[in-house]
Amino acid sequence: MRDLLTVSRLDAFYGDFQALFDVSLRIGDGEVVAIVGSNGAGKSTLLKSIAGQIATRRDAISFDGEAIGGERANLLLKRGISLVPEGRRLFPSLSVEENLQIGGEHGRKGPWTLARVYDLFPVLAERRNQRSTSLSGGQQQMVAIGRALMSNPRLLLCDEISLGLAPIIVREIYARLPQITGDGMSLVIVEQDIVQALAASGRVYCLQEGRVTLEGDSQSVSREMLAAAYFGV
Amino acid sequence: MDWLNSILQGVLVGGLYAMFAAGLSLIFGVMRLVNIAHGDLVVMAAYLALVVTQALGMGPLASLLIIAPLMAVIGYGLQRWLLNRTLGDDLLPPLLVTFGLSVIIQNGLLEIFSPDSRKLQAGAIETATIPITPDLSIGVLPLVQFLVAVAMIGALQALFYRTAWGRAFRATSDDQSTVQLVGVDNRHVFGLAMGLSLAVISVAGVFLAVRSNFDPSMGPARLIFGFEAVIIGGLGNLWGTLAGGVVLGVAQAIGAKIDPGWQLLAGHLAFLIVLAVRPEGFFPKVQA
Repeated sequence: MRDLLTVSRLDAFYGDFQALFDVSLRIGDGEVVAIVGSNGAGKSTLLKSIAGQIATRRDAISFDGEAIGGERANLLLKRGISLVPEGRRLFPSLSVEENLQIGGEHGRKGPWTLARVYDLFPVLAERRNQRSTSLSGGQQQMVAIGRALMSNPRLLLCDEISLGLAPIIVREIYARLPQITGDGMSLVIVEQDIVQALAASGRVYCLQEGRVTLEGDSQSVSREMLAAAYFGV
Repeated sequence: MDWLNSILQGVLVGGLYAMFAAGLSLIFGVMRLVNIAHGDLVVMAAYLALVVTQALGMGPLASLLIIAPLMAVIGYGLQRWLLNRTLGDDLLPPLLVTFGLSVIIQNGLLEIFSPDSRKLQAGAIETATIPITPDLSIGVLPLVQFLVAVAMIGALQALFYRTAWGRAFRATSDDQSTVQLVGVDNRHVFGLAMGLSLAVISVAGVFLAVRSNFDPSMGPARLIFGFEAVIIGGLGNLWGTLAGGVVLGVAQAIGAKIDPGWQLLAGHLAFLIVLAVRPEGFFPKVQA
């Protein structure tokens, strides 16, 4: 499988605090990769670095063969990297439909349109004119995913999409992922819910205290290995 | 009938104040920037109109075809190369920089145009009136000024709530970090907002210059009128801004009717009363 994204020896900082140490990983074209780890392991920092929200060394991240580290998020979106941010971060002044529309206005052309997002999440079509903040948490998460899809990304980064949602809603959202990756889109899922993440992905990375402690095949990785990588015991 | 006449004039002047206020409210809404140089930019637009009308022999209103785009470009440049650098978590730098800008503009105008007061001549329209009753008539120019203000606010409202630009403005106002994740360059959006604000300012400047004499020192007072109209109307509501302008205009007219010296005082008093009784303004922005 050809690599779409490679991260090599990435260090990332919040001010003086170093959140990532020498992280290297690769995401293949059309691959679904899970990144797991406990709170504060650096998962979100990693996604933010890839999506251009945290400054990095230029050559630490490359996408489709080009060095893109530290490029602005709005330019990375045009290249095809889209992040579903932790906590959803919808625009409260915009209606559901406007949130989706703005997602599609500056991205790439492709199969994802308003109609197709509504097809994927029919409940959003019923609530298209409501304020995004009036929706339930699960529905807001659907808007956040839809908004990211509208830019027709080649690489979709999902940060903790199950956070704060009821298990039945989480299962419902995860059940739609195959429809999203069906066109060959690469997907990175950052999760605390390990079972869900392993079931949905082909490969898995585990982060602990800013370092990669495990890389493996999602189906063959053992609970013991994962626990060791997760907790460092 | 005299009173009715005064109030009517006050309403029409309110249109001008609403124009001052709309530009101010727009940039505060999009980027939380309080532009202290706002009034001086209004006066600068008036002087630009003076130069254009004299050099090209155009009427003041026609000169807007040149001045509005020119001011919009100046606004975009000002935002991208200067004001964007001042924006951050701290509210003080943009205040200080626009205050400095205000001083520079005032003194620049003084240097170039001298302290003499000027006026733009609009021709016969200035004295034309529409009689309503034998005792009451409306000046055509104030009426045009008011209608332009209403049209401009209607257009801004439509831009904000019906177009892709408006979505980008509102989304940037909500969350300038996340908006970059949907491909919007917040620095560019800020530039567009300032450009739009200065285009609105240029219309206000031309009407100001046709209505009365102007000189380089009168900017800060226009800033105050704009502020007061914004606060009276309610922050972040464009139609409220129009109402705020009208309230201010009417209060000034009534004050002037009681005693000519009370004109400005009455406006400030109306503002103070609103601030004390209803600090969120008449039509605050609806929060989600």
